[in-house]
Amino acid sequence: MSDKSSARTILVVDDDPDVVEQLTLSLAAKGYKVVAAGSQAEAEETLLGLQPDLAIFDLMMENMDSGFVLCHTVKKLYPGTPVILLTAVTAQTGVAFATQTAEARSWIKADTVLDKPARPEQIAAEVARLLRTPVAGDAHAHA
Amino acid sequence: MDNLRLQVVDDEQGMRLGVARALRHFRVSLPELDGDFGFEVVEAADGRQALELIGRQAPDVLLLDHKLPDTSGLELLEQIRAMNLDLIVIMATAYASLETAVAATKSGAYDFLAKPFTPEELKDSVRKATRHLMLQREARRLAAEKRQIRFRFISVLAHEMKAPLAAVEGYLRIIKERAAGDDPAVYDHMVDRSLVRLEGMRKMIFDLLDLTAIESGQKKRELAGLDVVEVAQAAVETFLPDARERRVTLTLDAPAPAPLFADRGEIEIILNNLISNAIKYNRDGGSVTVSVAGGTGRVRLVVRDTGIGMTAADAARLFNDFVRIKNEKTRKIMGSGLGLSIVKKLASQYDGGVSVASEPDKGSVFTVELANARPEAGGPAEAVPAPATAGGN
Repeated sequence: MSDKSSARTILVVDDDPDVVEQLTLSLAAKGYKVVAAGSQAEAEETLLGLQPDLAIFDLMMENMDSGFVLCHTVKKLYPGTPVILLTAVTAQTGVAFATQTAEARSWIKADTVLDKPARPEQIAAEVARLLRTPVAGDAHAHA
Repeated sequence: MDNLRLQVVDDEQGMRLGVARALRHFRVSLPELDGDFGFEVVEAADGRQALELIGRQAPDVLLLDHKLPDTSGLELLEQIRAMNLDLIVIMATAYASLETAVAATKSGAYDFLAKPFTPEELKDSVRKATRHLMLQREARRLAAEKRQIRFRFISVLAHEMKAPLAAVEGYLRIIKERAAGDDPAVYDHMVDRSLVRLEGMRKMIFDLLDLTAIESGQKKRELAGLDVVEVAQAAVETFLPDARERRVTLTLDAPAPAPLFADRGEIEIILNNLISNAIKYNRDGGSVTVSVAGGTGRVRLVVRDTGIGMTAADAARLFNDFVRIKNEKTRKIMGSGLGLSIVKKLASQYDGGVSVASEPDKGSVFTVELANARPEAGGPAEAVPAPATAGGN
Protein backbone atom coordinates (compact mmCIF):
# COMPACT_ATOMS: atom_id res chain seq x y z
CA MET A 1 0.00 0.00 0.00
CA SER A 2 1.31 3.40 -0.87
CA ASP A 3 1.69 6.32 1.43
CA LYS A 4 -1.40 8.61 1.51
CA SER A 5 0.59 11.77 0.85
CA SER A 6 2.15 10.30 -2.28
CA ALA A 7 -1.08 8.74 -3.60
CA ARG A 8 -1.67 9.76 -7.17
CA THR A 9 -5.03 11.27 -8.11
CA ILE A 10 -7.06 9.82 -10.97
CA LEU A 11 -10.09 11.54 -12.44
CA VAL A 12 -12.72 9.03 -13.63
CA VAL A 13 -15.55 10.36 -15.81
CA ASP A 14 -18.40 8.16 -17.09
CA ASP A 15 -22.16 8.64 -17.25
CA ASP A 16 -22.72 5.00 -16.31
CA PRO A 17 -22.73 5.10 -12.49
CA ASP A 18 -21.81 1.41 -12.30
CA VAL A 19 -18.70 1.89 -14.42
CA VAL A 20 -17.67 4.76 -12.13
CA GLU A 21 -18.29 2.71 -9.01
CA GLN A 22 -16.37 -0.34 -10.20
CA LEU A 23 -13.45 1.68 -11.55
CA THR A 24 -13.24 3.69 -8.37
CA LEU A 25 -13.16 0.53 -6.30
CA SER A 26 -10.50 -1.20 -8.37
CA LEU A 27 -8.25 1.87 -8.60
CA ALA A 28 -8.64 2.68 -4.90
CA ALA A 29 -7.60 -0.89 -4.13
CA LYS A 30 -4.36 -0.19 -6.03
CA GLY A 31 -3.71 2.80 -3.79
CA TYR A 32 -4.84 5.60 -6.06
CA LYS A 33 -7.00 8.48 -4.95
CA VAL A 34 -10.04 8.61 -7.24
CA VAL A 35 -12.14 11.65 -8.04
CA ALA A 36 -15.28 10.80 -10.02
CA ALA A 37 -17.59 12.80 -12.28
CA GLY A 38 -20.74 11.65 -14.07
CA SER A 39 -20.81 13.98 -17.04
CA GLN A 40 -18.73 16.19 -19.29
CA ALA A 41 -20.09 19.29 -17.56
CA GLU A 42 -19.28 17.97 -14.11
CA ALA A 43 -15.78 16.96 -15.24
CA GLU A 44 -15.10 20.37 -16.74
CA GLU A 45 -15.98 21.98 -13.44
CA THR A 46 -13.85 19.51 -11.49
CA LEU A 47 -10.86 20.13 -13.76
CA LEU A 48 -10.87 23.85 -12.98
CA GLY A 49 -9.94 23.13 -9.39
CA LEU A 50 -8.06 19.86 -9.66
CA GLN A 51 -4.95 18.74 -11.47
CA PRO A 52 -5.19 14.96 -11.68
CA ASP A 53 -2.15 12.76 -12.26
CA LEU A 54 -4.17 10.84 -14.84
CA ALA A 55 -7.67 11.05 -16.32
CA ILE A 56 -10.05 8.38 -17.66
CA PHE A 57 -12.90 9.56 -19.89
CA ASP A 58 -15.87 7.86 -21.46
CA LEU A 59 -16.27 9.07 -25.04
CA MET A 60 -20.03 9.40 -25.43
CA MET A 61 -21.80 11.11 -22.57
CA GLU A 62 -24.22 14.01 -22.88
CA ASN A 63 -22.52 14.83 -26.17
CA MET A 64 -21.30 12.39 -28.80
CA ASP A 65 -17.78 13.77 -28.46
CA SER A 66 -17.67 14.52 -24.72
CA GLY A 67 -14.53 12.39 -24.25
CA PHE A 68 -12.65 14.11 -27.08
CA VAL A 69 -13.53 17.52 -25.69
CA LEU A 70 -12.37 16.52 -22.20
CA CYS A 71 -9.08 15.18 -23.61
CA HIS A 72 -8.41 18.56 -25.17
CA THR A 73 -9.39 20.37 -21.99
CA VAL A 74 -6.98 18.32 -19.87
CA LYS A 75 -4.09 18.60 -22.30
CA LYS A 76 -4.60 22.36 -22.48
CA LEU A 77 -4.86 22.92 -18.73
CA TYR A 78 -2.29 20.31 -17.64
CA PRO A 79 -0.16 19.35 -20.66
CA GLY A 80 1.74 16.49 -19.00
CA THR A 81 -1.31 14.58 -17.77
CA PRO A 82 -1.87 11.18 -19.39
CA VAL A 83 -5.40 10.38 -20.58
CA ILE A 84 -7.23 7.10 -21.20
CA LEU A 85 -10.28 7.27 -23.44
CA LEU A 86 -12.93 4.56 -23.09
CA THR A 87 -15.04 4.06 -26.16
CA ALA A 88 -17.69 1.83 -27.68
CA VAL A 89 -17.58 3.78 -30.89
CA THR A 90 -16.00 0.94 -32.83
CA ALA A 91 -18.96 -1.34 -32.35
CA GLN A 92 -21.48 1.37 -33.03
CA THR A 93 -20.23 3.03 -36.16
CA GLY A 94 -17.62 0.69 -37.57
CA VAL A 95 -15.10 3.51 -37.37
CA ALA A 96 -11.96 2.48 -35.58
CA PHE A 97 -9.22 4.73 -34.36
CA ALA A 98 -6.12 4.20 -32.31
CA THR A 99 -3.26 6.05 -30.73
CA GLN A 100 -0.39 4.01 -32.12
CA THR A 101 0.92 6.75 -34.40
CA ALA A 102 2.10 10.16 -33.33
CA GLU A 103 -0.23 11.72 -35.87
CA ALA A 104 -3.31 10.07 -34.38
CA ARG A 105 -2.16 11.03 -30.89
CA SER A 106 -1.84 14.64 -31.95
CA TRP A 107 -5.41 14.59 -33.18
CA ILE A 108 -7.14 12.54 -30.48
CA LYS A 109 -5.55 13.98 -27.39
CA ALA A 110 -5.55 10.66 -25.56
CA ASP A 111 -2.56 8.48 -24.74
CA THR A 112 -4.57 5.26 -24.80
CA VAL A 113 -7.91 4.33 -26.30
CA LEU A 114 -9.63 1.28 -24.82
CA ASP A 115 -12.73 -0.46 -26.15
CA LYS A 116 -15.69 -0.63 -23.81
CA PRO A 117 -16.42 -2.67 -21.85
CA ALA A 118 -12.85 -2.83 -20.53
CA ARG A 119 -11.99 -4.99 -17.55
CA PRO A 120 -10.98 -3.01 -14.43
CA GLU A 121 -7.65 -4.88 -14.27
CA GLN A 122 -6.97 -3.98 -17.91
CA ILE A 123 -7.56 -0.34 -17.10
CA ALA A 124 -5.47 -0.57 -13.92
CA ALA A 125 -2.59 -2.06 -15.92
CA GLU A 126 -2.79 0.79 -18.41
CA VAL A 127 -2.90 3.34 -15.60
CA ALA A 128 0.25 1.84 -14.05
CA ARG A 129 2.02 1.87 -17.42
CA LEU A 130 1.11 5.50 -18.17
CA LEU A 131 2.10 6.71 -14.71
CA ARG A 132 5.51 5.04 -15.06
CA THR A 133 6.15 6.64 -18.43
CA PRO A 134 6.92 10.33 -18.68
CA VAL A 135 4.29 11.57 -21.13
CA ALA A 136 5.43 15.17 -21.43
CA GLY A 137 6.82 15.80 -24.88
CA ASP A 138 6.99 12.92 -27.32
CA ALA A 139 9.91 11.14 -25.68
CA HIS A 140 8.04 7.86 -25.15
CA ALA A 141 7.20 7.56 -28.82
CA HIS A 142 10.82 6.72 -29.54
CA ALA A 143 11.37 4.63 -26.45
CA MET B 1 -32.32 11.37 -68.66
CA ASP B 2 -30.17 8.25 -68.32
CA ASN B 3 -28.80 6.24 -71.22
CA LEU B 4 -29.10 2.47 -71.20
CA ARG B 5 -26.86 0.29 -73.33
CA LEU B 6 -28.74 -1.96 -75.74
CA GLN B 7 -26.76 -4.58 -77.59
CA VAL B 8 -28.27 -6.06 -80.74
CA VAL B 9 -26.84 -9.40 -81.89
CA ASP B 10 -27.87 -10.29 -85.46
CA ASP B 11 -25.96 -11.39 -88.55
CA GLU B 12 -28.11 -9.27 -90.87
CA GLN B 13 -26.70 -5.79 -91.06
CA GLY B 14 -30.06 -4.39 -92.20
CA MET B 15 -31.64 -5.70 -89.05
CA ARG B 16 -29.01 -4.12 -86.80
CA LEU B 17 -29.30 -0.76 -88.55
CA GLY B 18 -33.09 -0.96 -88.38
CA VAL B 19 -32.98 -1.48 -84.64
CA ALA B 20 -30.47 1.35 -84.15
CA ARG B 21 -32.63 3.69 -86.20
CA ALA B 22 -35.86 2.75 -84.45
CA LEU B 23 -34.37 3.35 -81.03
CA ARG B 24 -32.31 6.46 -81.80
CA HIS B 25 -34.87 8.93 -80.37
CA PHE B 26 -36.83 6.42 -78.36
CA ARG B 27 -37.44 7.16 -74.69
CA VAL B 28 -38.91 5.06 -71.94
CA SER B 29 -40.19 7.02 -68.99
CA LEU B 30 -40.95 5.37 -65.67
CA PRO B 31 -42.75 7.91 -63.51
CA GLU B 32 -42.90 5.51 -60.54
CA LEU B 33 -39.09 5.51 -60.42
CA ASP B 34 -38.81 9.10 -61.48
CA GLY B 35 -36.73 7.86 -64.41
CA ASP B 36 -36.45 8.67 -68.10
CA PHE B 37 -34.29 6.44 -70.29
CA GLY B 38 -32.79 6.64 -73.76
CA PHE B 39 -30.77 3.96 -75.56
CA GLU B 40 -27.26 3.71 -76.88
CA VAL B 41 -27.27 0.86 -79.41
CA VAL B 42 -24.16 -1.29 -79.93
CA GLU B 43 -23.99 -4.02 -82.58
CA ALA B 44 -22.57 -7.51 -82.86
CA ALA B 45 -22.81 -9.71 -85.98
CA ASP B 46 -22.17 -13.10 -84.38
CA GLY B 47 -21.71 -14.93 -81.09
CA ARG B 48 -17.98 -14.31 -80.80
CA GLN B 49 -18.39 -10.55 -81.33
CA ALA B 50 -21.34 -10.53 -78.95
CA LEU B 51 -19.31 -12.07 -76.11
CA GLU B 52 -16.36 -9.82 -76.83
CA LEU B 53 -18.57 -6.72 -76.57
CA ILE B 54 -20.23 -7.97 -73.41
CA GLY B 55 -16.81 -8.66 -71.91
CA ARG B 56 -15.81 -5.06 -72.58
CA GLN B 57 -19.00 -3.60 -71.17
CA ALA B 58 -22.14 -5.48 -70.23
CA PRO B 59 -25.28 -4.05 -71.82
CA ASP B 60 -28.50 -3.37 -69.94
CA VAL B 61 -30.71 -4.82 -72.66
CA LEU B 62 -29.67 -7.59 -75.04
CA LEU B 63 -31.64 -8.12 -78.26
CA LEU B 64 -30.55 -11.54 -79.41
CA ASP B 65 -31.27 -13.25 -82.72
CA HIS B 66 -32.12 -16.90 -82.41
CA LYS B 67 -30.07 -17.93 -85.44
CA LEU B 68 -26.45 -16.85 -85.60
CA PRO B 69 -23.69 -17.95 -88.01
CA ASP B 70 -21.31 -19.37 -85.37
CA THR B 71 -23.70 -20.47 -82.63
CA SER B 72 -27.37 -20.52 -81.74
CA GLY B 73 -29.08 -17.82 -79.74
CA LEU B 74 -30.01 -20.40 -77.12
CA GLU B 75 -26.40 -21.51 -76.61
CA LEU B 76 -25.24 -17.92 -76.38
CA LEU B 77 -28.01 -17.22 -73.89
CA GLU B 78 -26.77 -20.09 -71.70
CA GLN B 79 -23.22 -18.72 -71.77
CA ILE B 80 -24.38 -15.23 -70.88
CA ARG B 81 -26.55 -16.50 -68.10
CA ALA B 82 -23.54 -18.26 -66.58
CA MET B 83 -21.81 -14.87 -66.40
CA ASN B 84 -24.43 -13.71 -63.95
CA LEU B 85 -24.87 -10.22 -65.35
CA ASP B 86 -27.44 -7.62 -64.50
CA LEU B 87 -29.16 -7.46 -67.89
CA ILE B 88 -32.42 -8.36 -69.58
CA VAL B 89 -32.73 -10.38 -72.79
CA ILE B 90 -35.20 -10.13 -75.66
CA MET B 91 -35.06 -13.01 -78.17
CA ALA B 92 -35.79 -12.32 -81.82
CA THR B 93 -36.61 -15.28 -84.01
CA ALA B 94 -37.99 -16.00 -87.44
CA TYR B 95 -39.15 -19.47 -86.49
CA ALA B 96 -41.30 -18.64 -83.50
CA SER B 97 -41.96 -22.17 -82.42
CA LEU B 98 -43.35 -22.92 -79.02
CA GLU B 99 -40.37 -25.14 -78.11
CA THR B 100 -37.90 -22.37 -78.87
CA ALA B 101 -39.90 -19.98 -76.76
CA VAL B 102 -40.03 -22.37 -73.83
CA ALA B 103 -36.32 -23.20 -74.05
CA ALA B 104 -35.33 -19.53 -74.26
CA THR B 105 -37.55 -18.57 -71.35
CA LYS B 106 -35.94 -21.31 -69.31
CA SER B 107 -32.56 -19.84 -70.13
CA GLY B 108 -33.64 -16.46 -68.88
CA ALA B 109 -35.04 -14.59 -71.88
CA TYR B 110 -37.61 -12.05 -70.78
CA ASP B 111 -39.54 -11.46 -74.02
CA PHE B 112 -39.92 -12.56 -77.65
CA LEU B 113 -40.08 -10.75 -80.91
CA ALA B 114 -41.27 -12.67 -83.94
CA LYS B 115 -39.36 -11.72 -87.09
CA PRO B 116 -40.11 -9.66 -89.02
CA PHE B 117 -41.18 -7.11 -86.46
CA THR B 118 -42.24 -3.52 -86.89
CA PRO B 119 -40.46 -0.62 -85.12
CA GLU B 120 -43.54 -0.28 -82.93
CA GLU B 121 -43.38 -3.93 -81.86
CA LEU B 122 -39.69 -3.49 -81.09
CA LYS B 123 -40.32 -0.37 -79.00
CA ASP B 124 -43.15 -2.07 -77.14
CA SER B 125 -40.92 -4.95 -76.20
CA VAL B 126 -38.00 -2.70 -75.23
CA ARG B 127 -40.35 -0.58 -73.12
CA LYS B 128 -41.66 -3.62 -71.24
CA ALA B 129 -38.16 -5.04 -70.74
CA THR B 130 -36.73 -1.72 -69.54
CA ARG B 131 -39.51 -1.30 -67.04
CA HIS B 132 -38.99 -4.81 -65.73
CA LEU B 133 -35.22 -4.37 -65.50
CA MET B 134 -35.37 -1.04 -63.72
CA LEU B 135 -38.01 -2.19 -61.22
CA GLN B 136 -35.87 -5.22 -60.45
CA ARG B 137 -32.83 -3.03 -59.87
CA GLU B 138 -34.83 -0.70 -57.63
CA ALA B 139 -36.14 -3.64 -55.60
CA ARG B 140 -32.59 -4.92 -55.15
CA ARG B 141 -31.39 -1.48 -54.09
CA LEU B 142 -34.18 -1.21 -51.50
CA ALA B 143 -33.42 -4.68 -50.16
CA ALA B 144 -29.74 -3.76 -49.74
CA GLU B 145 -30.70 -0.55 -47.97
CA LYS B 146 -32.97 -2.48 -45.64
CA ARG B 147 -30.18 -4.93 -44.85
CA GLN B 148 -27.93 -1.97 -44.07
CA ILE B 149 -30.47 -0.46 -41.67
CA ARG B 150 -30.99 -3.81 -40.00
CA PHE B 151 -27.25 -4.27 -39.62
CA ARG B 152 -26.88 -0.86 -37.99
CA PHE B 153 -29.81 -1.62 -35.69
CA ILE B 154 -28.27 -4.89 -34.59
CA SER B 155 -24.84 -3.40 -33.92
CA VAL B 156 -26.34 -0.60 -31.82
CA LEU B 157 -28.46 -3.18 -30.02
CA ALA B 158 -25.41 -5.30 -29.25
CA HIS B 159 -23.71 -2.27 -27.78
CA GLU B 160 -26.75 -1.37 -25.67
CA MET B 161 -26.79 -4.90 -24.27
CA LYS B 162 -23.06 -4.97 -23.59
CA ALA B 163 -23.10 -2.08 -21.12
CA PRO B 164 -25.49 -3.61 -18.54
CA LEU B 165 -23.88 -7.01 -19.01
CA ALA B 166 -20.46 -5.57 -18.21
CA ALA B 167 -21.86 -3.79 -15.16
CA VAL B 168 -23.42 -6.95 -13.74
CA GLU B 169 -20.35 -9.03 -14.54
CA GLY B 170 -18.12 -6.47 -12.86
CA TYR B 171 -20.19 -6.52 -9.67
CA LEU B 172 -20.28 -10.32 -9.61
CA ARG B 173 -16.48 -10.48 -9.84
CA ILE B 174 -16.08 -7.99 -7.02
CA ILE B 175 -18.56 -9.92 -4.89
CA LYS B 176 -16.90 -13.24 -5.68
CA GLU B 177 -13.47 -11.96 -4.72
CA ARG B 178 -14.83 -10.02 -1.73
CA ALA B 179 -12.83 -7.18 -3.20
CA ALA B 180 -14.76 -4.40 -1.48
CA GLY B 181 -13.90 -5.04 2.14
CA ASP B 182 -15.90 -6.52 4.98
CA ASP B 183 -19.02 -4.38 5.08
CA PRO B 184 -21.96 -6.49 3.87
CA ALA B 185 -23.98 -3.35 3.04
CA VAL B 186 -21.51 -2.59 0.24
CA TYR B 187 -22.24 -5.96 -1.33
CA ASP B 188 -25.99 -5.54 -0.87
CA HIS B 189 -25.76 -2.34 -2.82
CA MET B 190 -23.90 -4.15 -5.62
CA VAL B 191 -26.57 -6.82 -5.77
CA ASP B 192 -29.25 -4.11 -5.97
CA ARG B 193 -27.41 -2.31 -8.78
CA SER B 194 -27.03 -5.60 -10.66
CA LEU B 195 -30.76 -6.24 -10.36
CA VAL B 196 -31.52 -2.73 -11.63
CA ARG B 197 -29.29 -3.28 -14.68
CA LEU B 198 -30.81 -6.69 -15.35
CA GLU B 199 -34.30 -5.23 -15.10
CA GLY B 200 -33.26 -2.61 -17.65
CA MET B 201 -32.01 -5.34 -19.95
CA ARG B 202 -35.21 -7.29 -19.56
CA LYS B 203 -37.25 -4.23 -20.42
CA MET B 204 -35.12 -3.70 -23.52
CA ILE B 205 -35.67 -7.26 -24.67
CA PHE B 206 -39.44 -6.92 -24.17
CA ASP B 207 -39.48 -3.61 -26.06
CA LEU B 208 -37.48 -5.25 -28.79
CA LEU B 209 -40.02 -8.05 -29.08
CA ASP B 210 -42.83 -5.48 -29.31
CA LEU B 211 -40.93 -3.64 -32.00
CA THR B 212 -40.21 -6.78 -34.00
CA ALA B 213 -43.84 -7.85 -33.80
CA ILE B 214 -45.00 -4.47 -35.11
CA GLU B 215 -42.44 -4.23 -37.88
CA SER B 216 -42.78 -7.76 -39.20
CA GLY B 217 -46.55 -7.38 -39.34
CA GLN B 218 -46.70 -11.02 -38.32
CA LYS B 219 -48.42 -10.50 -35.02
CA LYS B 220 -52.14 -11.00 -35.52
CA ARG B 221 -53.98 -7.85 -34.63
CA GLU B 222 -57.19 -8.35 -32.74
CA LEU B 223 -59.23 -5.42 -33.90
CA ALA B 224 -62.48 -4.62 -32.13
CA GLY B 225 -64.56 -1.68 -31.06
CA LEU B 226 -63.28 -0.48 -27.67
CA ASP B 227 -63.40 2.53 -25.39
CA VAL B 228 -59.95 4.12 -25.14
CA VAL B 229 -61.00 5.79 -21.87
CA GLU B 230 -61.45 2.38 -20.32
CA VAL B 231 -58.00 1.25 -21.51
CA ALA B 232 -56.50 4.49 -20.18
CA GLN B 233 -58.18 3.96 -16.80
CA ALA B 234 -56.58 0.53 -16.51
CA ALA B 235 -53.18 1.90 -17.55
CA VAL B 236 -53.37 4.73 -15.02
CA GLU B 237 -54.24 2.25 -12.27
CA THR B 238 -51.26 0.09 -13.21
CA PHE B 239 -48.90 3.02 -12.76
CA LEU B 240 -50.38 4.46 -9.54
CA PRO B 241 -47.85 2.63 -7.31
CA ASP B 242 -44.89 3.92 -9.38
CA ALA B 243 -46.34 7.43 -9.28
CA ARG B 244 -46.86 7.27 -5.54
CA GLU B 245 -43.28 6.15 -5.04
CA ARG B 246 -42.07 9.24 -6.91
CA ARG B 247 -44.69 11.38 -5.11
CA VAL B 248 -46.16 12.22 -8.51
CA THR B 249 -49.90 12.84 -8.89
CA LEU B 250 -51.31 10.78 -11.74
CA THR B 251 -54.76 11.73 -13.01
CA LEU B 252 -57.02 10.82 -15.91
CA ASP B 253 -59.02 13.50 -17.64
CA ALA B 254 -61.68 11.84 -19.80
CA PRO B 255 -65.11 13.45 -19.67
CA ALA B 256 -66.74 11.18 -22.25
CA PRO B 257 -66.21 7.72 -23.79
CA ALA B 258 -63.79 7.60 -26.72
CA PRO B 259 -64.74 4.72 -29.01
CA LEU B 260 -62.11 3.42 -31.41
CA PHE B 261 -61.75 0.40 -33.66
CA ALA B 262 -58.39 -0.89 -32.45
CA ASP B 263 -56.20 -3.62 -31.00
CA ARG B 264 -56.41 -3.29 -27.24
CA GLY B 265 -52.84 -4.53 -26.69
CA GLU B 266 -51.45 -1.85 -29.02
CA ILE B 267 -53.34 0.95 -27.30
CA GLU B 268 -52.06 -0.35 -23.97
CA ILE B 269 -48.46 -0.29 -25.21
CA ILE B 270 -48.84 3.32 -26.36
CA LEU B 271 -50.35 4.44 -23.05
CA ASN B 272 -47.92 2.44 -20.90
CA ASN B 273 -44.88 3.87 -22.65
CA LEU B 274 -46.07 7.47 -22.40
CA ILE B 275 -47.24 7.25 -18.79
CA SER B 276 -44.12 5.41 -17.66
CA ASN B 277 -41.92 8.10 -19.28
CA ALA B 278 -44.00 10.91 -17.77
CA ILE B 279 -43.40 9.47 -14.30
CA LYS B 280 -39.73 8.57 -14.84
CA TYR B 281 -38.74 11.95 -16.22
CA ASN B 282 -40.77 13.91 -13.69
CA ARG B 283 -39.67 15.68 -10.52
CA ASP B 284 -40.59 14.67 -7.00
CA GLY B 285 -44.00 16.11 -6.15
CA GLY B 286 -44.83 16.70 -9.82
CA SER B 287 -47.90 15.63 -11.76
CA VAL B 288 -48.95 13.63 -14.81
CA THR B 289 -52.25 14.16 -16.57
CA VAL B 290 -53.58 11.72 -19.14
CA SER B 291 -56.34 13.19 -21.31
CA VAL B 292 -58.47 11.22 -23.74
CA ALA B 293 -60.76 12.98 -26.21
CA GLY B 294 -62.86 11.17 -28.79
CA GLY B 295 -64.21 12.31 -32.15
CA THR B 296 -65.85 10.46 -35.03
CA GLY B 297 -63.56 7.52 -35.59
CA ARG B 298 -60.69 9.47 -34.04
CA VAL B 299 -59.12 9.68 -30.60
CA ARG B 300 -56.57 12.09 -29.22
CA LEU B 301 -54.39 11.03 -26.28
CA VAL B 302 -52.45 13.70 -24.41
CA VAL B 303 -49.96 12.90 -21.67
CA ARG B 304 -48.71 15.97 -19.86
CA ASP B 305 -45.99 16.01 -17.24
CA THR B 306 -44.23 18.56 -15.03
CA GLY B 307 -40.85 16.93 -15.48
CA ILE B 308 -37.40 17.80 -16.68
CA GLY B 309 -38.49 18.53 -20.26
CA MET B 310 -36.01 18.81 -23.12
CA THR B 311 -34.58 21.18 -25.68
CA ALA B 312 -36.03 21.48 -29.20
CA ALA B 313 -32.93 19.75 -30.58
CA ASP B 314 -33.44 16.76 -28.29
CA ALA B 315 -37.16 16.65 -29.11
CA ALA B 316 -36.39 16.48 -32.82
CA ARG B 317 -34.54 13.17 -32.56
CA LEU B 318 -36.58 11.70 -29.73
CA PHE B 319 -38.64 9.22 -31.74
CA ASN B 320 -35.75 7.35 -33.35
CA ASP B 321 -34.56 3.89 -32.31
CA PHE B 322 -32.28 3.84 -29.26
CA VAL B 323 -32.31 7.59 -28.78
CA ARG B 324 -32.04 8.53 -25.14
CA ILE B 325 -31.55 12.11 -24.08
CA LYS B 326 -28.34 12.10 -22.08
CA ASN B 327 -27.73 14.81 -19.54
CA GLU B 328 -27.19 15.38 -15.86
CA LYS B 329 -30.90 15.02 -15.17
CA THR B 330 -31.45 11.76 -17.04
CA ARG B 331 -28.27 10.02 -15.94
CA LYS B 332 -29.84 7.90 -13.24
CA ILE B 333 -32.93 7.02 -15.26
CA MET B 334 -33.02 3.63 -16.97
CA GLY B 335 -34.62 3.10 -20.35
CA SER B 336 -34.27 1.04 -23.48
CA GLY B 337 -34.42 3.98 -25.88
CA LEU B 338 -37.06 2.08 -27.82
CA GLY B 339 -40.32 3.09 -26.11
CA LEU B 340 -41.08 6.17 -28.16
CA SER B 341 -40.10 4.62 -31.46
CA ILE B 342 -42.60 1.87 -30.62
CA VAL B 343 -45.27 4.50 -29.90
CA LYS B 344 -44.51 6.21 -33.20
CA LYS B 345 -44.71 2.98 -35.20
CA LEU B 346 -47.96 1.95 -33.54
CA ALA B 347 -49.57 5.35 -34.05
CA SER B 348 -48.72 5.21 -37.75
CA GLN B 349 -50.78 2.02 -37.95
CA TYR B 350 -53.78 4.10 -36.90
CA ASP B 351 -53.29 6.64 -39.62
CA GLY B 352 -51.99 8.93 -36.90
CA GLY B 353 -48.84 10.11 -35.26
CA VAL B 354 -47.15 11.29 -32.12
CA SER B 355 -45.72 14.71 -31.37
CA VAL B 356 -44.08 16.41 -28.44
CA ALA B 357 -44.02 19.94 -27.08
CA SER B 358 -41.49 20.47 -24.34
CA GLU B 359 -39.64 23.04 -22.33
CA PRO B 360 -36.56 22.26 -20.22
CA ASP B 361 -37.38 22.11 -16.49
CA LYS B 362 -41.07 22.82 -17.16
CA GLY B 363 -42.29 19.55 -18.61
CA SER B 364 -43.39 17.79 -21.78
CA VAL B 365 -46.69 17.23 -23.54
CA PHE B 366 -46.97 14.15 -25.75
CA THR B 367 -49.92 14.05 -28.13
CA VAL B 368 -50.97 10.91 -29.99
CA GLU B 369 -53.60 11.06 -32.74
CA LEU B 370 -55.33 7.81 -33.62
CA ALA B 371 -57.99 6.92 -36.19
CA ASN B 372 -60.01 3.72 -36.55
CA ALA B 373 -57.78 0.88 -37.72
CA ARG B 374 -58.68 -0.47 -41.13
CA PRO B 375 -60.10 -3.98 -40.76
CA GLU B 376 -58.17 -5.38 -43.76
CA ALA B 377 -54.86 -4.09 -42.43
CA GLY B 378 -53.58 -7.41 -41.16
CA GLY B 379 -50.05 -6.66 -42.29
CA PRO B 380 -47.90 -3.55 -42.44
CA ALA B 381 -49.93 -0.39 -42.98
CA GLU B 382 -48.23 0.45 -46.28
CA ALA B 383 -49.53 -2.77 -47.85
CA VAL B 384 -53.02 -1.30 -47.84
CA PRO B 385 -53.78 0.51 -51.09
CA ALA B 386 -54.79 4.12 -50.65
CA PRO B 387 -58.51 4.66 -51.26
CA ALA B 388 -59.37 6.25 -54.61
CA THR B 389 -59.97 9.96 -54.26
CA ALA B 390 -62.64 11.80 -56.13
CA GLY B 391 -61.43 14.08 -58.89
CA GLY B 392 -58.10 12.29 -59.14
CA ASN B 393 -57.90 13.06 -62.86
